[in-house]
Amino acid sequence: MTDGADIQAGRLNGAVLAENFADVHRPFDAAGAAVEASRCYFCYDAPCIGACPTGIDIPGFIRAIATGNLTGAARTILEENIMGGSCARVCPTEILCQGDCVRNGVGDRPVEIGLLQRHATDHLGGGGPHPFNRADDTGRSVAVVGAGPAGLACAHALARQGASVTVFEGRAKPGGLNEYGIAAYKVPDDFAQDEVAFITAIGGIEMRYGQALGRDLTLAQLRNDFDAVFLGLGQGGVRALDVPGAELDGVHNAVDYIADLRQADDLTTLPVGRRIVVIGGGNTAIDIAVQTKRLGAEDVTMVYRRGPEQMGATGHEQAFAQTNGVRIKHWLRPVRLEGEGGVRAAVFQGVELAADGALVDTGGEQAMPCDMVFKAVGQSFVPLAADGPDLTAGRIAVDESGRTSLSDVWAGGDCVAGEDLTVQAVQDGKVAAGAIADYLKNMGS
Amino acid sequence: MADLRCDFAGVKSPNPFWLASAPPTDKAYNVERAFKAGWGGVVWKTLGEDPPIVNTTSRYGAVAVNGQRMVGFNNIELITDRPLDVNLAEIKQIKRDWPDRAVLVSLMVPCEEAPWKKILGAVEDTGADGVELNFGCPHGMSERGMGAAVGQVPEYVEMVTRWCKSMTRMPVFVKLTPNVTNILAPARAAKAGGADAVALINTVNSIISVDLDLMAPTPTVDGKGSHGGYCGPAVKPIALNLVAQIARDPECAGMAISGIGGIETWRDAAEFITLGSDGVQVCTGVMHYGFKIIDDMIDGLNNWMDGKGYGRISDFHGAAIPNFVDWQDLNINAELVARIDQDKCIKCGLCHIACEDTAHQAISVSGTGPARIFDTIDAECVGCNLCAHVCPVENCIEMVPVDNGKPYMNWTQDPRNPHATAAGGAVE
Repeated sequence: MTDGADIQAGRLNGAVLAENFADVHRPFDAAGAAVEASRCYFCYDAPCIGACPTGIDIPGFIRAIATGNLTGAARTILEENIMGGSCARVCPTEILCQGDCVRNGVGDRPVEIGLLQRHATDHLGGGGPHPFNRADDTGRSVAVVGAGPAGLACAHALARQGASVTVFEGRAKPGGLNEYGIAAYKVPDDFAQDEVAFITAIGGIEMRYGQALGRDLTLAQLRNDFDAVFLGLGQGGVRALDVPGAELDGVHNAVDYIADLRQADDLTTLPVGRRIVVIGGGNTAIDIAVQTKRLGAEDVTMVYRRGPEQMGATGHEQAFAQTNGVRIKHWLRPVRLEGEGGVRAAVFQGVELAADGALVDTGGEQAMPCDMVFKAVGQSFVPLAADGPDLTAGRIAVDESGRTSLSDVWAGGDCVAGEDLTVQAVQDGKVAAGAIADYLKNMGS
Repeated sequence: MADLRCDFAGVKSPNPFWLASAPPTDKAYNVERAFKAGWGGVVWKTLGEDPPIVNTTSRYGAVAVNGQRMVGFNNIELITDRPLDVNLAEIKQIKRDWPDRAVLVSLMVPCEEAPWKKILGAVEDTGADGVELNFGCPHGMSERGMGAAVGQVPEYVEMVTRWCKSMTRMPVFVKLTPNVTNILAPARAAKAGGADAVALINTVNSIISVDLDLMAPTPTVDGKGSHGGYCGPAVKPIALNLVAQIARDPECAGMAISGIGGIETWRDAAEFITLGSDGVQVCTGVMHYGFKIIDDMIDGLNNWMDGKGYGRISDFHGAAIPNFVDWQDLNINAELVARIDQDKCIKCGLCHIACEDTAHQAISVSGTGPARIFDTIDAECVGCNLCAHVCPVENCIEMVPVDNGKPYMNWTQDPRNPHATAAGGAVE
């Protein structure tokens, strides 16, 4: 290895980058939305509702779009899911609502529920009056830790019912993964911040930034200062890639790079390698692969140790990556990363499934020359201090209402077991808010 | 290939597809294009007395259903707004250039003999194949005592028809308005006056929609709206019924019928012909898609006729009329029950909720979510067909005959009818 790694900023000019990171889904115009809405059969007890973790009345809001009642459509959505706008953009609809659309059954394509939801929620995003009113102040206070989807949904629902909510966020901005983690072209134009502003416009929500639990705050203090606490913590840990060379320059955690990309004011200043190897098979792997490709990387390869069916990324996401020119290789296990100072190659070993289900080496190594390696092999919840609630399988244990082993503490989102989806986090926050509101009502004064 | 040639009421055309009197037939330029495209005939847009009328802007309104544009259409346009001599010269030239095509001329002048005599003579000089008396236009002209104002008074229909028949050797078609209580009254009047054919339907009185911001019916003319004439696919069922009523009326026998109303496809045309239309006229379809739709109308009708073994139009003309009966003649013992094909069912539940909420509670649901099953409760099913109509999947719900062993019995024979007689025929 005599020459250095080829990592540089500005591989593409600003105009091309602006196009590459603009809205990946073209929104409907009014006529297009009306036509698509008319494709909905308005099913009885529609299966799509059951497939939505927040249980939105999907045929109801689609019919409202069809009749031109966009305000009603948006309210129907937001009543169940206050982050309906971001869910419309980031939900893997092909495995949720659209996956259960009855139109799939006739060799047809499902109704574009996600895009219709976006059409409706965008209608209210134009700075009009907030669709919900806050109840009279109850005098009760709740601390919400984490300003991601779970925390914001919980805060909104509680504030709506008259509680005074203080949201403590460790980072400088709210939104959680919507602000720092989702691929840029899914939520362009500062959508995450606009949505937070919309949510907090209900009133009764105080936002405090740079306040991380365990660093700036203790759970004991919050439990002392507030009537109840909701923990909407993310997965702060990144699983390690346990191979030689993982410490080389040019080897990055995908989530860190994506956060930098999301916060970059000028994408032409973001250095990116000419040849990229992404290790992992989830949506984060897809997002880093596609985004580096769109930043101008010449050659991007995703490497996963199992097959396409086992990938965490949906088939839709895999196809999206491939359409973007990302090569996906399966049944390869990372062995080591090579290079002096900077990584210059990733070496893999072929694997296959043995009869007992274990992965076994098939022999033979292959080296992929590269300038950057991204690790996207999963994130993990970083447990709280000893006074925290009980855990189960590494995450906070909760009952069906989101209540933890501590009677005044609830939790939801990525810090509890379940699907790691924005829409699930919203539902967790909403359900917990309902339980917390009951708890507050029944508290002695 | 079947023979599509038509010859009725003294007018010949290479196929039964004519363009109705309307904007597409207002001038030689359009008609020339239509004939080049293959249309079998035109009824030239209505001529009147000079000076020509004046039109407004805008003139059209439309109903769109689920993104399908112009399912229904209406207009507030009047008759031709061009000078009479210009139209007559163009008609003469067109007929000379296209001798094999049918060229009829629609006419509308005041209800007096002199103007009719004058204009009929002028049209006859063009060599046109016939005239169509516009007794149907429901807006504007009717306020001036013409159009539907004539068509709604059978005595006027008969009188003017008789004048015209006595004034010209040309075949006389009478265009009827549907805006009457009983279509047979003006149809029989036309017959009594000697009409060679009736043409129907003209447009239906309509307000297409209300602009909720302007608070005015559409189309609006400087903030106001007027009622217009409704046409397009939405009016086809109305037209089919009125055509069939005349076709099966013994008093109207011998009078040809030119069917009009929502015809856009060969299938529409075939349906009109089976109910007694000798030919058909089209307008909204070409205003929506252009003249090229004639290609499939001709080709589709040909293929359908070939498949059925029909060599010419007359082979199926009126074929459905014997089966168009009054309600009291239907077999009350015929029984159907809904059968849901579980392999085709997509679990939308529309059949269930339609039956449950609005009909006979005859479709059960078991299970939940995508795995649920909908099935007919035979004992409750009255065979009404609602479920099959709401089902979005083709042929998923079939209405299956029940072999109940009962013979044909109509209402006039039914013991449940207090006026029934054993031999049939209600005692009144």
